[in-house]
Amino acid sequence: MPVDAGIAGADRRLRRRRPHGWISGLGVLALLEALSRSGVLPPAHFPPPSLTLATLGLQLGSAEFWAAVGQTLEGWASGLLLAALLALPLGMVIGASDLAYRAIRVPLEFLRPIPSVALIPLAILVYGTGFTSKLFLVVFASFWPLFIQVLYGMRDIDPLTMDTARSFGLRRLERVRHVILPSTLPYLATGLRLSSAVALILGVTAELVIGSPGLGREIDAARMGGNDRLMYALIATTGVLGWSINTLFSRLERRLLHWHPSQRTGGRGR
Amino acid sequence: MRALGRRSPRRAAGPILEVGVPIVLVTLWWAWSTRAGMIFFPPLPDILRSFRETWLAAPAGAEVLPSLERLGVGYAAAVLAGVGLGTLLGCSEAARRSADPIVQFLRGIPPPALLPFGILVFGIGDPMKVLMIAVVCLWPVLLNTIDGVGGVDPTLRETARVYGLPLVTRLTRVILPAASPQIVAGARTGLSLAIIMMVISEMVASTNGIGYSILEAQQTFRIPEMWSGILVLGVLGYLLNGLFVLLEGRLLRWHRGARALEGA
Repeated sequence: MPVDAGIAGADRRLRRRRPHGWISGLGVLALLEALSRSGVLPPAHFPPPSLTLATLGLQLGSAEFWAAVGQTLEGWASGLLLAALLALPLGMVIGASDLAYRAIRVPLEFLRPIPSVALIPLAILVYGTGFTSKLFLVVFASFWPLFIQVLYGMRDIDPLTMDTARSFGLRRLERVRHVILPSTLPYLATGLRLSSAVALILGVTAELVIGSPGLGREIDAARMGGNDRLMYALIATTGVLGWSINTLFSRLERRLLHWHPSQRTGGRGR
Repeated sequence: MRALGRRSPRRAAGPILEVGVPIVLVTLWWAWSTRAGMIFFPPLPDILRSFRETWLAAPAGAEVLPSLERLGVGYAAAVLAGVGLGTLLGCSEAARRSADPIVQFLRGIPPPALLPFGILVFGIGDPMKVLMIAVVCLWPVLLNTIDGVGGVDPTLRETARVYGLPLVTRLTRVILPAASPQIVAGARTGLSLAIIMMVISEMVASTNGIGYSILEAQQTFRIPEMWSGILVLGVLGYLLNGLFVLLEGRLLRWHRGARALEGA
């Protein structure tokens, strides 16, 4: 197939994609609106989306709303950053050495599947109910995907390339720059995408279960206060945050790795 | 000879490390925790005793079984619904494009954020928890099924049609197997979300289950019991993960070597 045709086809598909999405999204909202207004869905528990959106619009002008969004994002960002600062060097050093890798293999197999939410009670005990508790959970949860991916990436470096670089007299730093980084980058990008999603999940979990300040706590407060519209508006806000984070990191992955073979075939798992 | 001589101690060091390091770590934990006298980090023998008394003794699995039941029902329902609906949507280009933004948005909602909604609408009983577990697992399975089915090689699809295979055969023998690596990747993401939802739904709204009992142990300051609960969740996570890997290996045996299972 001529390359041009393929690109043009993909282009057309991309351009056509948007209107479809908007239409179906609006369709679902309209359906919900009708179901709620007509009483098929009990309006007490399912307010019409138009009212929820109006509530969300009002919220956009309130300082408390933005404070909660800020607190959620702060936990997400600092947790993810800390996890990356821990996982990258550790993964690189351990992944570079055969012995170190084998030494941590078994403990890793046991530690990795522990659901991070299991540590909620411990976090409350040690760090109380504030920001630190949330940070601890976010760091713990988002550390693993990153660490594992970096580890895989280091194990996957072609030994031949490494030997070639060595025999060409590349120094350690040059080898990191020209061999290690490029070959671990795809793994790193995947790890970041996974971790960024997990970080938000655990952040909101901590806010909801422990009561650390943020959107999760506000959602539960809205429920207990009987303010259904606000509850739905805030849930939708977390959806927007989650969607933005997913989109941002998938794009980043694609942009960082446009040269990498894995990006040339379409339809990868997302 | 020299190379061999230099290498053999290294080769021996590998297995020794693999067995030795865990033993050393557990011994260190044991020694440190029995001596340190930290309230929040009780001695390991106490944790193990509590593990035996709380989780293995008398009403066997009184807290574990309800949790597992909700997890199993919710997860199975989500996988079935996700694969079914995903196959339906994935087969048509227009349906795929229309569904994509909606599914993407719903998947973006962090699972815990849905919990207050579940409590409000369905109360705090078992149906709510099962439903919430199913809802959070549905999105990754659905999304990956749509992608996987949509990404089936058109030549393969057309060939099957030209040969006159009936629709059901085409689905079960051609399209679903071709999409299965992606479906399995989605099911894996779904499983970890399901475990998260299982635990936090019990922490927030329950009177039984593992999540409930470890949070309750913490609140009443029964620290060794809390730790033993964390241990139970760890073992459970490990076993469920192992089971999944086993099933995955069986399902995707034909696919080995193609190594498309990256990431996920």
